[in-house]
Amino acid sequence: MAAPFSWIKPEPHGIYVEPADCWVDPSRAVGQALVTHGHADHARGGHGQTVATPETLAIMDLRYNTRAGATPVEYGETIRLKGGVDATYIPAGHVLGSAQILLEHAGERVIVTGDYKRRADPTCPPFEVTACDIFITEATFGLPVFCHPPIKEEMTKLLDRLAAHPDRCVLVGAYALGKAQRVIAELRAAGHTQPIYLHGAMEKMCRLYEEHGVDLGELRLVMDYSKEDIRGHIVICPPSALNDRWSRRLPDPVTAMASGWMRVRQRARQRNVELPLVISDHADWGELTRTIEEVDAQENWITHGREDALLRWCQLHQRRARALALVGYEDEDD
Amino acid sequence: MEKFAALIDALVYTRSRNEKLRLIAEYLRATPDPDRGWALAALSDGLDFPAVKSSTIRNLLKDRVDPVLWTLSRDFVGDTAETASLLWPAPDTPPAPPSVSEAVEILNAMNRKTVVTELPKLLDRLDSSGRYALLKFATGGMRIGVSSRLAKTAFAQAFEVSVDDVEEYWHGLTPPYAELFAWAAEGDAPPDIENLPTFRPFMLAHPLEEAVVDLADYAAEWKWDGIRVQLVRAGGETRLFSRSGDDISATFPEFLGILPMNAVVDGELLVRGNTQGGEAGGAASFNALQQRLGRKTVSNKMLKDYPAFIRLYDVLLLEGEDMRPRPWTERRGQLEALASRLPDSHFDISSVVEATDFKHLSRIREGSRDDAIEGLMLKRRDSPYIAGRRVGYWYKWKRDPLLVDCVLMYAQRGSGKRSSFFSDYTFGCWDGDPDQGADLLPVGKAYSGFTDEELKKLDRHVRSNTVNRFGPVRETDKSLVFEVAFDSVHESKRHKSGLAMRFPRIHRIRWDKPPHEADRIEALRALIAG
Repeated sequence: MAAPFSWIKPEPHGIYVEPADCWVDPSRAVGQALVTHGHADHARGGHGQTVATPETLAIMDLRYNTRAGATPVEYGETIRLKGGVDATYIPAGHVLGSAQILLEHAGERVIVTGDYKRRADPTCPPFEVTACDIFITEATFGLPVFCHPPIKEEMTKLLDRLAAHPDRCVLVGAYALGKAQRVIAELRAAGHTQPIYLHGAMEKMCRLYEEHGVDLGELRLVMDYSKEDIRGHIVICPPSALNDRWSRRLPDPVTAMASGWMRVRQRARQRNVELPLVISDHADWGELTRTIEEVDAQENWITHGREDALLRWCQLHQRRARALALVGYEDEDD
Repeated sequence: MEKFAALIDALVYTRSRNEKLRLIAEYLRATPDPDRGWALAALSDGLDFPAVKSSTIRNLLKDRVDPVLWTLSRDFVGDTAETASLLWPAPDTPPAPPSVSEAVEILNAMNRKTVVTELPKLLDRLDSSGRYALLKFATGGMRIGVSSRLAKTAFAQAFEVSVDDVEEYWHGLTPPYAELFAWAAEGDAPPDIENLPTFRPFMLAHPLEEAVVDLADYAAEWKWDGIRVQLVRAGGETRLFSRSGDDISATFPEFLGILPMNAVVDGELLVRGNTQGGEAGGAASFNALQQRLGRKTVSNKMLKDYPAFIRLYDVLLLEGEDMRPRPWTERRGQLEALASRLPDSHFDISSVVEATDFKHLSRIREGSRDDAIEGLMLKRRDSPYIAGRRVGYWYKWKRDPLLVDCVLMYAQRGSGKRSSFFSDYTFGCWDGDPDQGADLLPVGKAYSGFTDEELKKLDRHVRSNTVNRFGPVRETDKSLVFEVAFDSVHESKRHKSGLAMRFPRIHRIRWDKPPHEADRIEALRALIAG
């Protein structure tokens, strides 16, 4: 009999599931890939076969035209892979379509979370705690300084600033997949019914969200309107456009950014942000540690982020843990 | 404290200088005395509460969070006060923030023992922003992109007074600057500093880039390599100030009581020797002066082995008369007359470098390399003595830097704007032939000389080429070559290589150059001055 868990191998370019000869979130093109969600550092193009939720496949198709070789799996559905491996996709609460992948083989259960959060998000179903033997968790915000405030507080900050500057506009930098749509949906939930203006790069993803039943209210493209029209409104753009020439067409924008990194003042200053909005689609320190406790796996493997600190926490709380040296995952603009 | 904390947060996130000025001015107008005076002190020179040190905060936090998690957090955030404000366990009681002056009173009353119980009580009364502002305030420098000059300019703008006047009075006053506010805000008489031995702001020089100047309009002097000082006698007291206005009288007691008249003079502090300018130059290298710097008490042996003197550059005040509005030529005449009345043991005068024209001067400057002199100063003959750096009056014309190719060995994260970026680099040269198994020995450290774009690439290089971690220090795989520029190199016990550079900075990043082609220690040693 093989050694316990010898069938699952963390390699630099992803997690390899040996009996099935497939990879989870590989950072280079492979024969068969199981993809947790649509962010570029997890979902790359060029795989022979891609197994993911229908929403994630739609996002990947929008980005890489990956219709060929796509195998959709609904939340809660289990598919049988080669070599007697079962894969079940479970909501991760990160972005539309995001899933944890439960892998079962020879009576052993391993979960790969991809990215996740525990807060409510109107654009995707919540994270489900699922029992397993090995829990492979992300650690993007794995430092005790990260504590994301309730999103309602951040919405109030944003709307107050908008009201204080009726002659200007508030330009919010937000990651084009997930963050932007969540911010819009939360603004709607906070009673903001005004049209929201979009950078051209956000349009398709917002439409995709709408097609999947997420109501975003009236959206307008900046390019179709004049400076005058945009005065007193909220504009959403990718973080890279915040300090770009593109923003010159806007009426004296207040520069805001929606990201978990905004918790640290110097990070906000590095991005020239005037209004930091601490909004993240990742688990903060409290959520990461609570999740490890609730899942209560025999062993925790920590992928990308501040793995040192989470490893230390596991050690302090007598939980077995190890850090994986995966390459290619980045601190996205979350 | 809430309003002050809100001001600090607003300043942190404001890019525009005008907006910063407006925010500070508005605060100064709206806030009563003495709160606004303490705030102004915090924003300009910083306040000093001896009981509260960065290490105090660190220790308080290490009692409350795991020390390893604290260190990792501090390393990521890049700022002790901010890390502490984020990690401080919030109490169950709602915040009851003190006023700024109440906080000052409480902080002032603390000593090394009571700080351990009193500072936590104060922190418990504040929210996260308040804790950040308080800790920044309590440990000195705010480091929020507001310079002392900007704070004073905002003060001047708030009350419509001249910033030069503010600078002039500033060093004669102490926080919370009651007389300054009474003068500017209430229209009282200006503060009287005539009989106080206070620091007057220095006149500074711009680098001479590509320009050529006419020697009919400009006089040249050597740029001596010591430290710029101001010696002041007034009201029966003598004080020596460094370039930043710090009182260094205790470190150089030989100048106390040496001026026979009331005066304020500007000069270079040097140690006797023959490195700079040979026998005629009469000054030792900067290294010799360094033996004297930073000491609280000075032994007789030190005074004898490293005798200091001031090489006079200028005179600001003389026997009750303000010389600063007069042209340089006239002040120079006064300075020469003054120098003849001072003891040769402690003073000489920086001589004017004679040249027929700019080309001739240029040749003289190039010849100065062996003399360990930094370069030349060019002073417009009709220039008044004006505080700060005013275009067109004074230029520094440094020698071209020395260059050497070094290999990146270690990197550390920066702080402030560069927090979380690996921006502090230690580099080394080979102690022999690298192809025969020679080692790299560290020769210096640099934090500057690269663009923000290059910093991002360097940060990525460090992260993906780390071979070892020592706390916050990353050891890299020694695959990257820097062309390092520096002003001079000296013997030093600080580095294993026995050498230390002055003003090293990254001149070019040689992504293309294989590390074994970097320079050897001998090449650097050959550049030792003097």
